[in-house]
Amino acid sequence: MLDVEELSVSYGAVQALRGVTFQAQDGSVTAVLGANGAGKTTLLRTVSGLVKQQSGTVSYDGVKLSGLSVENIVRLGVSHVPEGRGVIEELTVEENLRLGTLWQFSHRQRRSVLDEIYELFPPLAEGRSRMASTLSGGERQMLAIGRALSSKPTLLLLDEPSLGLAPLVTAQIMALVRRLARETRLTVVLVEQNVRSALSIAEEAVVINLGRVVIADRAATVAADTQLRHHYLGF
Amino acid sequence: MSLFVNLTLNGITNGMIFAAVALGLVFIWRATHIVNFGQGSMAMFTTYLAVTLLDRHLNYWLAFAAALVAGLVMGAVIETILIRPLAGKPALNPVIVTLGLFILLEGMAGSIFGIGSRSFPPAFSQAGLTFGHTKVAFSHFDVFILIAVVALMLGTLALFRATSLGLRMRAAAFAPEVARLLGVRVGRILTLGWALAAVAGSLAGLLVAPTVSFSPNFMDLVLVYAFTAAVLGGLDSPVGALVGGLVTGLALSYVGGYLGSSLEPLGALAILMVVLSARPEGLFSRPAPRRV
Repeated sequence: MLDVEELSVSYGAVQALRGVTFQAQDGSVTAVLGANGAGKTTLLRTVSGLVKQQSGTVSYDGVKLSGLSVENIVRLGVSHVPEGRGVIEELTVEENLRLGTLWQFSHRQRRSVLDEIYELFPPLAEGRSRMASTLSGGERQMLAIGRALSSKPTLLLLDEPSLGLAPLVTAQIMALVRRLARETRLTVVLVEQNVRSALSIAEEAVVINLGRVVIADRAATVAADTQLRHHYLGF
Repeated sequence: MSLFVNLTLNGITNGMIFAAVALGLVFIWRATHIVNFGQGSMAMFTTYLAVTLLDRHLNYWLAFAAALVAGLVMGAVIETILIRPLAGKPALNPVIVTLGLFILLEGMAGSIFGIGSRSFPPAFSQAGLTFGHTKVAFSHFDVFILIAVVALMLGTLALFRATSLGLRMRAAAFAPEVARLLGVRVGRILTLGWALAAVAGSLAGLLVAPTVSFSPNFMDLVLVYAFTAAVLGGLDSPVGALVGGLVTGLALSYVGGYLGSSLEPLGALAILMVVLSARPEGLFSRPAPRRV
């Protein structure tokens, strides 16, 4: 379980998160929603260790994450697909995928892990020797998620996976994320601007506005609250 | 005609040495976006260690290996103690620190080993080889230089392209934050990058020393020419280091041979000016896209 308690983060004089509290249960999808600048990306970057908090705690499976390096947080089973995907363009598709397997798997195990990823994402299998710079937006998103999954994480942090993607591709990716959460007990924290897509696959939802949690409840409850939706989520 | 042949051979051998030093500059630039102005002095220092061991009658190749190992250790220590604390600070800081390192190491070498010139024994004969009736300005030692630098280049290629460590190093250089999110220990990779760069420099130092008047500033001009080669080839391209080295070596050899050796530094300056005006990123570098 991911446990975030009274988390406060600031960038110099700018307070990005104020006293954020919520939990993400094992095997569930938690959608983190809110307007631009609400602090959603900062939240994920703090969990994965890229950003240091000023106060509050982030724990995963009982282990406190603050003070740990990014590389050590990864080794606890946390995998973060950053905003913009972070596909390394100068490497091939296969090299990007292999990178995720290096710390966790032996030489022989890596091949079968990669084959599993290729089964999940057949377009990646076809283009495995292509430079990542030649991929379309949808293919890059598959590559970024595939790469994040290649270390067999137990907590997956996804930052705006639908950004720049056609609705059909978004739907396919969301369906895959839900399937993985259900079948492999993967815990997913999903930051999204595409609120409808996110709420369609999430069990829990957290709405953030100006760094504060407005509501953290069942996704169905949040979706049904029309005033909340109009005020904070734009529909 | 024979002058041209000899200048060409001379240019190739010098060019290979510039390529080796340039490769070290490229390693460090790719990893940390720092130009290591201390690269030449680090190489000088490890070469002095080698000559000290040779003065004590240690086997030549053991002393050679010891200098390379000393380079490895020196690069790692310098990165950890001097360079790592500069992360996230203004870009001018590493320039000052590496220039300071350059001055410090030359001063230390002068104090410890003396400032006078001496000779450094070559690994192989430096007498020109004879083909038929013609003697050329190319010796067994020059052949050794070519083989050593080619081996360095091939080793680098193999490391980067065919090993997991090389994949980590490339990822850490291209996208350090993403690499960290994939579990790559980027800090250790940076240290290794500096260590390997220092080994390349140490090798170059051992190859240059027998050909010049050996004193604490024997690598200064080599660094200037290697820097020129790296800029010409592209600071982030190992292939560029090789091609840049060869082009610089040949160009300076012809300038020196046909126009006078005192004009060689001007030749290097001319190369730099042309590259920086026409294609500042270098021949083999990808121009960095502007993000809007």
